[in-house]
Amino acid sequence: MKKKMTTVSFNGTKEQEIALDKVIAEHKDQKGALMAILQKAQGIYGYLPIEVQQHIALAMDIPLSEVYGVASFYSQFILNPKGNHAVSVCLGTACYVKGAGLLMDKLESVLGIKNGEITADRKFSLDATRCIGACGLAPVLTVNEEVYGRLTPDMIAGIIAKYN
Amino acid sequence: MINNIADLIKIRDAYAGKIAFRQHGAEKVSDGKIEKHVLICGGTGCTSSKSVQIKEKMEAAIKAAGIEEKVQVVLTGCFGLCALGPIVIVYPEGTFYSRITLDSVDEIVNEHLVNGNPVKKYLYSETVKGDQILSLNETTFYKKQKRVALRNCGVIDPHCINEYIGTNGYLALAKVVTEMTPEDVIKEILDSGIRGRGGGGFPTGRKWQFAAAQPKGQKYVVCNGDEGDPGAFMDRSILEGDPHALIEAMAIAGYAIGANEGYVYVRAEYPIAVNRLQNAIDDARREGLLGKNILGTDFEFDMQIRLGAGAFVCGEETALLTSIEGNRGEPRPRPPFPAVKGLWGKPTIINNVETYANIPQIILKGASWFSSMGTERSKGTKVFALGGKITNTGLVEIPMGTTLREVVEEIGGGIPNGKKFKAAQTGGPSGGCIPASKYDVEIDYDNLIAQGSMMGSGGLIVMDEDTCMVDLAKFFLEFTVDESCGKCAPCRIGTVRLLEILNKITEGNGEMEDLDKLEELANYIKSASLCGLGQTAPNPVLSTLANFRDEYIAHIVDKKCPAGVCKKLFTYKIDLDKCMGCGLCAKQCPADAISRTDYVAEGHKLASMQIDSTKCVKCGACLPSCKKFQAIYKG
Repeated sequence: MKKKMTTVSFNGTKEQEIALDKVIAEHKDQKGALMAILQKAQGIYGYLPIEVQQHIALAMDIPLSEVYGVASFYSQFILNPKGNHAVSVCLGTACYVKGAGLLMDKLESVLGIKNGEITADRKFSLDATRCIGACGLAPVLTVNEEVYGRLTPDMIAGIIAKYN
Repeated sequence: MINNIADLIKIRDAYAGKIAFRQHGAEKVSDGKIEKHVLICGGTGCTSSKSVQIKEKMEAAIKAAGIEEKVQVVLTGCFGLCALGPIVIVYPEGTFYSRITLDSVDEIVNEHLVNGNPVKKYLYSETVKGDQILSLNETTFYKKQKRVALRNCGVIDPHCINEYIGTNGYLALAKVVTEMTPEDVIKEILDSGIRGRGGGGFPTGRKWQFAAAQPKGQKYVVCNGDEGDPGAFMDRSILEGDPHALIEAMAIAGYAIGANEGYVYVRAEYPIAVNRLQNAIDDARREGLLGKNILGTDFEFDMQIRLGAGAFVCGEETALLTSIEGNRGEPRPRPPFPAVKGLWGKPTIINNVETYANIPQIILKGASWFSSMGTERSKGTKVFALGGKITNTGLVEIPMGTTLREVVEEIGGGIPNGKKFKAAQTGGPSGGCIPASKYDVEIDYDNLIAQGSMMGSGGLIVMDEDTCMVDLAKFFLEFTVDESCGKCAPCRIGTVRLLEILNKITEGNGEMEDLDKLEELANYIKSASLCGLGQTAPNPVLSTLANFRDEYIAHIVDKKCPAGVCKKLFTYKIDLDKCMGCGLCAKQCPADAISRTDYVAEGHKLASMQIDSTKCVKCGACLPSCKKFQAIYKG
């Protein structure tokens, strides 16, 4: 999957950096720990800006290209910040067959952004996600951790209104 | 701490009654005090519809009613009928409550648990026959199933190691380490005929044999829990509902090949599964069932979880191993096979979760018991995740050889809304579709391959007449284009070219020679790609071409999408004579494309509406507004 680097400027805090250093120290001697460190770094920062990748590369004494190579390879690693409310539409097969594509169209028009983008006020971000396994509720979308299932496009505006 | 078999059997005997109580027909009451067990599904599907909160509320209500000594509430793994979630089952009767909400909890506690009268309005409708209430095992969904890999899902509390032991858990490991040689174990697995449940269907025993034959030294046992096939969730359900079965099986595999270390690679998208498995590993370690001197022998084995990060290709075994090593999950050529040179260059066996879940049963009940189920070359059972246009979406486990028709029409409850079965896709993006003309095919590894599909991990997506097969092929190809790791050219470039041709066809610009190009290119990609992802990526295209060529031709020659899915190839129209002129559709239209004509149909009061096809964005919003008159149609 192709990934674009973010244009949003980095604003990490000292606390975040201390937490990251602690994670690196915990895993440094473990075999094949880079993925685990990136997963935890994403937990700390919410995404993986290039500054964080640089920090990890230096601390682990490996080339930045190797860190970036792993970060850009896996779809779970995100290089762009998410909105306060991260909206994800499941486009797994079961949901797709039941009309998840229509939900995405509707969300794009309601939020005024395309799949993979974030609104100017950083309130909402919109993404397509792989199967989240709630196939019995298809089609589904999630807003942050909340799952909405058995949806039709006319229910979208109401869901978004809850978070506005 | 469980030091020997005697300790294990003591726990088994203490908990066996409780487990039997939850299986229909068991008369035994666990310990005289508990009269009812309330089982609430804690799988991902039901958790998404608040089953955890339902459990908490239920426990509070039970306490308030003063019956907490008589009722035990258990959060279990998946019952399988996800379409009806959240599900609550009450034993000993097996009463089946479906789609329970927080509001219905008090009534169920007071009426059913206190007064003994099941609340009919919340029961799954199929279990209510007049005055009679059937148990879940008597429904068509469960009756035809044979649960081996899923046997404990929806029966035990996955957080409780003792409940697992109560189902004869860890007794297979005990038998292996005290009574059997590694050669005996491998022979048993070979004789059972079990084949890998994750994709290609390679005989599991042979894999183990290869790894065991390598010189002594560091070896690894790996579990592939990177269930990336969209629509498949059997591995997740086993991890969530019966995590100890996996641990026990991996330890058995370790004993058989001479490995003392195991890795479970699980998708990070499965937080509940990861949590329960970690919990189970910790418990097993604390009880001495993992670690050194297991059950008083000199056998040692331990294991850890590695999280995936969302890459479909990591389901391919060599890519998975590179990912565990912390790298980009790119595959490498085979041979050497992982059994010879795997994780960190050491001999490694990789099996998927469902395969492992069968192993303890094979050891305890014997190879001949296992091989008595299934067909000649596909033994045992297979779990399928039913999805798409089917009434009972969920998880089912059937003996190999069950027909597709039985699975869809009987267990799956058929197609909703009176629509017709068109095809079923098995094997996900690597598989193909089975058309209605092959509805009676007996499902096993070889029959599915003969149909141009494959077993894969067991996703089974049902399509009705509203599904466009060209669009479906395009959907799967978009997936593989996205997930191609980029290492080899046939897959990286070839799949993109295939997708371009499909886009051209669905947009109405296709030519007949494109079909030959599709086939030619697809076969090149199949034969030249490095790993299973590329080798199977063209399957959805080839199988839809083979079975639904007329649909491709309709897109190309008539410029029509028969199912009305490809937006460029149909328009919405209004039947002037059916239209009552109510104007509801115009209110729904986001593009102001609907206006009133001056035509009044015979017997109608208002002039009919019309759609301006140059303004119409084909969103379909008008369609539901005309449900009553059915005047709007795709043409």
